Amino acid sequence: MSAPAVSVAGLHKSYGSYEALRGIDFDIAAGEVFGLLGPNGAGKTTTVEILEGYRSRDAGVVSVLGEDPQRPGLDWRQRIGVVLQSSAMYQNLTVAESLALFAGYYRQPLEVERVIELVGLQEKRNARVRTLSGGQKRRLDLGLGLIGDPEVLFLDEPTTGFDPAARRAAWEVIRSLRSLGKTILLTTHYLDEAESLSDRVAVLREGRIVALGRPAELSGTAPATEIRYRRDGGDVVVSTHEPTRVLHELTGEALADGRELEGLSVRRPSLEEIYLSLTEGEE
Amino acid sequence: MSLFLHQLRGEQRLYWRSRELAFFTFLFPVLIFILLGSVYGDDKIKSEGVKGSAYLLAGILGYGIASTAFAGLAIVLVLRRESGILKRLRATPLPPPVYLAAAIVSTVFVYAIEAAALILLARVLFDVHLPTEWFSLILALLLGSLAFAALGIALTGFIRSGEGSSAVVNAIYLPTSFLSGSFWSPHAYPRFLEVIADILPLTYFIRLMRDIVLRNETIWSNWSEVAVVAAWGIGGLLLAIRAFKWEPREG
Repeated sequence: MSAPAVSVAGLHKSYGSYEALRGIDFDIAAGEVFGLLGPNGAGKTTTVEILEGYRSRDAGVVSVLGEDPQRPGLDWRQRIGVVLQSSAMYQNLTVAESLALFAGYYRQPLEVERVIELVGLQEKRNARVRTLSGGQKRRLDLGLGLIGDPEVLFLDEPTTGFDPAARRAAWEVIRSLRSLGKTILLTTHYLDEAESLSDRVAVLREGRIVALGRPAELSGTAPATEIRYRRDGGDVVVSTHEPTRVLHELTGEALADGRELEGLSVRRPSLEEIYLSLTEGEE
Repeated sequence: MSLFLHQLRGEQRLYWRSRELAFFTFLFPVLIFILLGSVYGDDKIKSEGVKGSAYLLAGILGYGIASTAFAGLAIVLVLRRESGILKRLRATPLPPPVYLAAAIVSTVFVYAIEAAALILLARVLFDVHLPTEWFSLILALLLGSLAFAALGIALTGFIRSGEGSSAVVNAIYLPTSFLSGSFWSPHAYPRFLEVIADILPLTYFIRLMRDIVLRNETIWSNWSEVAVVAAWGIGGLLLAIRAFKWEPREG
């Protein structure tokens, strides 16, 4: 097996007395899309910024494309792409000019027109950045991260604050990057985003990874299905891991008694709840 | 080198696209020159034995360097730092020294155009004779813009927010320009203001301009002024290396 594109072992980081990361371990294979999922303050950005070379670490071993981001070789930045949590761009350049300016920093950039197409900004090609909507700016941001044709791309909360349509559009862009064979590390606090884009997801809580696996595997840790109905004016909630059997019994009883199960509903746990059950602190 | 030229072209485009910046740092000194020149351009400056407009030209060349190389550069860099552009650039292979060199040279280039415009306007509007010591003039302008650019970059380390940048920078460079005699002769200033003016680098830069532009002296015969401006520039550079930040000030 080839060496992982990104590898993190025993990563610790404190800001003063606050422990932001308390021992993080994961590997990302070349070509893999890896989601780092967690609520605000869980340590996602700290992790990513250590991998991008912005922050030092207190302990642990980190490697991105075989190099230590704290002491990268001259060419290392040619091979990584970074999209930071907040978009930062020159407001007075056009979309195409922004991409061309950044393209000039790399030895083998992608073509500007190709990137414009990839991020779906053809109609805004000659528009000044300051006239773009939030979603369009973020897509240009993505384009700027991509223009150097990086092997590894870091995306820190690429769709936070988007409306649903803009999120779908950004997801399409990220999917097309995956099909180009890029290794992508994506942070998000949206579970559906992590699930629909990532090959594997690590759930981060208070500086630790509390779950790591394929999205489908994570659902295996699901809480019970809820069956609700009303009886004698009160709500009855039955939680079960065997909804078929329980429902059969309930309806069978009700039929035998000639009763109606009022307000009957069966609810599978939403992904949101799975996520919450993982990220909830100990009471 | 091609990377530097690429970045320099980018900086030039950004400068002229930003109309507010181009107006306040480039056009404003020109307007002030025309305005003040019309008011007292024909007066005789007794202490110097030259006419007002010629005297003013040297002063405004100094004001221009403070507004373009010092104030303009400092404000732009703080805004870029606080908006996260500098942080983003750090993730690209563009080497930081190339970035800063391009920003400085771009500023010097803008100031060179401005200086040429001021000298031409003085000739056309106020009949001021053209300088004869061109080589000395160019060297002095170059020295001055590099020194003030270094001071401007050093200042960015002490400005905490993008919103505050214009206020802080203006609070420094406008009184400085005033005290150093950009707009009129500082000879009538009270003693304590003179003491302050005697420390400021702009005072010496403007004196150097007067020596070269009014009296047709060379830069070589004015070493003390060159030394003071250069010393401030080197001090600025050392401070800039220590204080300059790429990431927004958090909190």
